[in-house]
Parts: sequence; structure tokens; C-alpha cells
Amino acid sequence: MDKMIPLKINGNTKKIMVHPSKRLIDVLRDDLGLMGVKEGCGEGECGACAVLIEGKLINSCLVAVESIKNAEIYTIEGYKMTKRYAMLDECFASAGAVQCGFCTPGMILAAEALLSSNAMPTESEVRDAISGNLCRCTGYNMIVEAILMASRKGGYLW
Amino acid sequence: MSQGISTAIKKLDHQFKTDGSIEYIADLKFDGMLYVKTLRSIKQRAFIKNINLPPIPEGYDVIDHNDIPGKNILKVIVDDNPILAKDQVNYIGEPILLVVGPKLDKVLEILEQINVIYEERAPILTIEKAEDGEVDPIYKNDNCFASYQYIKGDIQKAFNEANEIIEETFETGYQEHAYIEPQGMIGFYDEDKVTVYGSLQCPYYVKDALVQAFDCKEDKVRVVQATTGGAFGGKEDYPSLLACHAALAAYKTKKPVKLLLDRKEDMEVTTKRHPAQLVYKTALDKEGHITGMAVNIKLNGGAYAGLSSVVMQRSLICATGVYNIPNLKVEGKALATNTVPTGAFRGFGAPQSFFALEMHMEHIAKQLGMAPVDFKKQHMVTMGDKTSTNGSFRDPVLLPKMIEEVEKMSQYSQKYKAYQMQSSNKKKGIGMSVFLHGCGFTGSGERDHIKATVKLKKYFNGIVEILVSNVDMGQGLQTTLNKIVSTTLNIPIDKVIFSNPDTDRVPNSGPTVASRSLMIVGKLLERASIKLKETWIEGQKQEMTEHYQHPELIPWDEKNFQGDAYPTYSWGINVVEVAVSTLTGEIDLVGVWSVFDVGNAIDERIIRGQIEGGILQGIGYGSMEFMESQNGMIQQKSITDYIIPTAKDVVPIESKLIKNPYQDGPFGAKGAGELTLIGGAPALVTAIENAIGQSIHKTPVTPEHALEVLSNG
Ligand code: FES
Ligand code: FES
Repeated sequence: MDKMIPLKINGNTKKIMVHPSKRLIDVLRDDLGLMGVKEGCGEGECGACAVLIEGKLINSCLVAVESIKNAEIYTIEGYKMTKRYAMLDECFASAGAVQCGFCTPGMILAAEALLSSNAMPTESEVRDAISGNLCRCTGYNMIVEAILMASRKGGYLW
Repeated sequence: MSQGISTAIKKLDHQFKTDGSIEYIADLKFDGMLYVKTLRSIKQRAFIKNINLPPIPEGYDVIDHNDIPGKNILKVIVDDNPILAKDQVNYIGEPILLVVGPKLDKVLEILEQINVIYEERAPILTIEKAEDGEVDPIYKNDNCFASYQYIKGDIQKAFNEANEIIEETFETGYQEHAYIEPQGMIGFYDEDKVTVYGSLQCPYYVKDALVQAFDCKEDKVRVVQATTGGAFGGKEDYPSLLACHAALAAYKTKKPVKLLLDRKEDMEVTTKRHPAQLVYKTALDKEGHITGMAVNIKLNGGAYAGLSSVVMQRSLICATGVYNIPNLKVEGKALATNTVPTGAFRGFGAPQSFFALEMHMEHIAKQLGMAPVDFKKQHMVTMGDKTSTNGSFRDPVLLPKMIEEVEKMSQYSQKYKAYQMQSSNKKKGIGMSVFLHGCGFTGSGERDHIKATVKLKKYFNGIVEILVSNVDMGQGLQTTLNKIVSTTLNIPIDKVIFSNPDTDRVPNSGPTVASRSLMIVGKLLERASIKLKETWIEGQKQEMTEHYQHPELIPWDEKNFQGDAYPTYSWGINVVEVAVSTLTGEIDLVGVWSVFDVGNAIDERIIRGQIEGGILQGIGYGSMEFMESQNGMIQQKSITDYIIPTAKDVVPIESKLIKNPYQDGPFGAKGAGELTLIGGAPALVTAIENAIGQSIHKTPVTPEHALEVLSNG
């Protein structure tokens, strides 16, 4: 049975009528049209569907929508309005960290989740933080560099 | 020639990828769009006796081979692969019919209720079985999709007069592309015209397949590439099948139809790298110099021929790598088995050969008591030498310089010696691979089959559009081609546009494969740009078309494998350092160094991206990427089971480019994408050998396999 579920998404509160066990990724993509959330595996392994829930990086393909009602959710669509995004975006560009781009929104949010709890991470902390996000194109090092660069250049933002 | 072209710029497609607004196939929606899913064989090999359908609700439809207006054969090279099975199936996962309708859940429910009655037949599941002739062949009467043989010099004499003969057998496994975006396609049927949008590498391959399936005129089929989330060869041939399915469903329902593979389905049924068995037999003279080599390579092609013949060709041509072997016999077969069809994967047959060859060279050197790098140096080709197929290395070969560089960067030789004596439980090792990649299609393929055409369109406002059928799948083409055109025309790069190809708008400039896009298509665009510049009229619409011209080469004789197999080669050296735990068999990367000759880089940062991604895929191929088929069924159906490297599995990679401009490439550029994968596995595995002091003959070297070698050694 569908239920009215209140969601706080990208700074807005929305009520949507969905089945409570519907996967958050499907709610975001089908019901809310937030296509920056990508499905790479559907089983919590690739991180392409990662979103921020209360500032934590969570794979939205593993979350039933009811379990996160009233929690603060950010997808890339909301996050891209921020100064922090602008900094990450610039650093991803200058490190050449984007190839096919399918993993990128998830990687950007993984970077935010890390930097917001640790603005000056070490290289190995960065590797840990993005180890749940698979990228098959870049070999990761350029992404790691981008995040370290963002922390160096824009650490004050976090 | 602009010197500045190699300087990196911000990628032109960066913005919309980073902010998540670019649309991949799964993100596209159309009014009234339906969903289609495939009923697949659960038997390795069987006759289909009957198919029992449940009642099909209003608005839903079932599509089978009877619904195909044209030929029920997928257009690839050989006519053997049905689009939908008719009366028999040859592998687990083979498509039998399609169910389409407005609700995906309902479609899946209907699929569950369909009951196929099979009459099972004895399957052929291994290369050995494919050869022994005990079971009815799958393909023709010998199960052989392709078999080739070629010779050079006098191999008999080399073996007769040999002082020593060393023979070894090697084995390589499946590799899964594991692009992060699974495959998908959307089909449309409007006013007798079939259109598909898809995640794909080769729009015109897909178009040809649709023309054959619908038996229609060329102008009744349109293929548009959707932004593609990685491909690596995996979206070279397979999308043609998906496109036929999506288009058939659209044709029957007259509505847009979306076909998406989920990860499990993608891993089970799409093509993979061919598993291989390779036998190397080498004759040495008294001085320990190689006088002859006999190579035999067998590939597991799976149930249908696909691209196996061409993969086989590249495997064989690469059999002697960067070494000058005067007397040679190379033979190989791609065999049919009742397993998932194998296909194109970055490197295209070369990674298998290079793994075996580089290991073999290492092993021979050790038997001779020589340092492997010295032994390899003794045999390396130089400019003017003959290739394996009696073609010619006509451009400068900079390998000695490249080795010198990599030695400086990695201290390879010193470490190699030092690591031979270790007693701890964690042993370090270092290994080196030396490799090449022939750029572009084999032989006269570009001239005889592809016949690439490119077009530039200049608008009134001075904007120039690139019209080619090549796609950006992450490798950066939407930046590098624009750079070539804008630099040649001497106009700002934002005046050049290049959208995802649409076969109604772009000429056929060939598929996005074989490290040809930049070198071949880029060169055509450079030439078109020069002509446009010379005739440029301000404020006027202009168009410039350019056709492929074959360079002067030794003609390629495909039957006998003689002549220039490739117009030129790019080159690479990888050094990998590892630490191996003798207790757990676990292998940690310690360092990676590489030197590449890709001619002249069109964008150094984009090349670096190719290097880093390619090397890591190669290292994955050599270590953790284990996939097997048991009873004809792929066992690793998720990225939990099939492990690809994460950010924690890699270390910083130091790389260096050596400039060696190629006259027939744009701004001197050569192919690069595939090259970067080839050396990863042999460099890694030779490093493991250096650490543990045992010989290895198989890839991937998982911890289990490392322990096995350690305990049997
Ligand atoms: S799609 Fe959710 S983790 Fe892969
Ligand atoms: S850029 Fe392609 S998966 Fe990361």
C-alpha cells in the first residue's frame, strides 16, 4: 500500500505518495526526477547511487524510503548549488578526474562526506573515503588528487 | 604544427558530467514509454520443444523470432547468431523471447510464468571438449570459429639446430568490462522508421544490424549514441543485439521501449575477454639467443562467433611482442563452446599474448641465468626490423630510451636483484613488461572495410561542427577531436561543437575501437580542417568532407598473415612493485611506473587518464579479476563476487611520455587507449614471481593461486 511520506530533499520538504519499501534511488529518480543519482549495481557495491543523508554517504539503492523520512537528504542536484561543490568541481576538472562521468556525482558526494568531517584528510583517508565508490575509467588517482586539491585550496569551506 | 596542443585543457564535457545533469540511457524518458525484458535460456545447450505462455494481460506483449521482419541473424561478421532463439539454444542467457509492457514489475511477473520445455543436449563447456570431437559440434563441423597459421623464416631449421628448446603453457581467464553504467537501449518506431538510442561504441554497427533485422532501407534506421558510462570494448558488439530487441519491441507495440540490463544480467550475458590457452616453444642457440619460436593460442569464443576471428588475429600478430624473432610459426584457433559469447575488450586479444610472452621471456632469462631486462633488450626490435608478419617497423623505436627512463624512475634493476633474497613473510618483488599496440584496424581493414568519412560543417556564425560516428565513452574524444579542429583552424575551442553521433547526421567514420578514433579519424579531421581553413569564407555556410587514404605499406595478406598488419605502433613499458604475503597470498601494490610512446599527446592529462585507468584494469586482470564459468554458467554475477580494484588497491602511478610524432597521425598522435592496459598483468605477475621466487603460468594471480604456487613450488 502506498503511503504519504515526508521527505526533506535538497533543502525542500516534499510529501510523496509511495510504497514505504520503495528504494530511495527509485523515489529520487522516478518520483522526483533527480537523475544525477545513478544506478550501477543496485546492490550497494558501486556507489554510483550515493546520496548524503544527514551528511553521511549512503547508497540509495539499499535504503527503503520510509526509513529516511524527515531526514535531510542531499543529491548532486541540491549540492551543486553550494560553494563547496564549486570548489570540488574546479578541482575535479583540473585533476582530470572525470572520464565517462557515471561515477562522478557519487564521487563528489563522497568527497563532501569526507571533507565535512575531516577538512584536511591524508591521501590514505581519501582513499578510504571513496573506497565504496567504484570507478572503472580513471584508476582513481586523479580523483584522489582532486579531493586533496580541494582540501588544500578550499579547506576553509568545510 | 602547434606545440601547445599537448597542454591540458578543461574537458569540454566536464561540467554536465560532474553536476549530474548529462543524460545516460537510463535517464531518458519518453511519453508512453514501455519496458522490455528478455526471457533467457537456462540451459547450456538444448532444443526448444515448447513454450507455454501465461495469459498476457491487455497492454502487454510477447515478441519472439516470428516477429522479426528481416533476417533473424545478428549482423556481426559471421551469420550464426540468432537475434531471438528459434528452436535451439546454445548458452545460458541466450535470448529466447521478449516481454514488453507499461509496468516493469508486471513484465517481470509475466516472464516468471513462462515455461520453456527444453530437450537438453550434451554441451561443450571447455576448449578441450570443443576440440576432441566427442560431442556434436556447435559451429560447422570442427567447432572452430577461426583458425589461422603463419610462418616466418625457417622454423624447422631453428628447432633442428637449437642448442636448447624451452616450452611452456600459459592460461588466462575471463575479464569482465565492469563499466559502471550497465548496458541499455531505447527503441522507437515511427512512420516506418526504426530509431534507437543507446549506450554504445559503434553507431554504424548497430545500424547495420537493424537494417538486416528489419530488412529495410538504410534510411529507415537511425542510431543515436546516448552518453556512455564506460565501455572498454564491452559496448562494441553487444549493443547491436540489444538494439534489435528494443527496436523489435517498439515495432510491435508502436511505442518507445526501454531495455535496461541490470548488473546481474549484464554480467551474465554480455561479452567478456576471451579466456586463452597459450603454448610457447622457443629455440635458443649456444649464446642463449632466441632463434625461433612456435606459438599456439586457443581462445574460448563462447557459443557464437561474434568478433572472435578478429580477436584471434590480433592475438596471433602480437605473439612475439616487441621482440625480433627470425624464425616463427604461429597458429591459433578460436573455438565454440556452450558458454557466454566472448568479444572485444580493450587490447583485443593482445593482453593474452603479452601475458604469456612476457612471462615466457622472463622464465627463459632466468634459466639462462640472465637478468630478464638484459635478455629482453638483446631481442628488442629496432626501426627497420621485420614485424612478426614480415611487415616493417618503419618508425623510430625508442624502447632503449624508454627502458632507461623507467629504470631511473623505478630503480628496477637494483630492486630486482635485491628482492631475490628475502626471508620474511612479506616479500617484495618488482617486474617489468615491454609491449606495443598496433594502431587502427588490422591490415587493410581501414581501406577495404571501414572507408572512413568525416565531415566538418561550418555555420553562418563561424561555429564549426564535427560530424563523425565515433563516440566519447569517457576516453576524452569530445575534447581531443575539438582540440585538433580548433587548433588547425586557429579558432577558439568554444567555436567547435561535437555532439553525440546520430547516424542521420554523421557520415560513417567507423567504429570507436582499435585505438583508431584519434589517430585515423583525428587525422581526417585535421585534413578537413586544413582544407576548410584554406577556403574559409567569413559569414558563409561551408562543408568539408574527407575520406580515408591508406598509407603506403607492405600489402596485408590476410590469408597468410604476411605484410604490414598495422600502419604504426605505440609502445609502453610498465614496472610494478608488489609486496606478497606468503601467509595469505595477498598481493599489495607498492609502486607503479610507466613510460609510453603514443606519438604526440593531444592532451597530456587525458592521456594520463588513459594510462591510469588502463594500467589499473591490466593490474586487475593480473590479480583480483577472477571470473569463471561452471557448467556453462558465469559464477561471478555481481561486483561483490567479481572484484575490481578500488581506490585502496592502487598507489600513485608515475608515468612519462616519450615524444615520437607519427606523420600520419594528427599533430603526430598515435593510438593510446588500448595500449595502456596490455602491460599491467605481465608487469604485476613478474613482480610476484620476483617476490616469491616461483614461476607462474596463469592469470589472474588471486591470493588462492599465489598460495597454490607457493606451496607447490
Ligand atoms: S547502485 Fe547503489 S551502490 Fe551501486
Ligand atoms: S569516470 Fe567512468 S566510472 Fe568513473
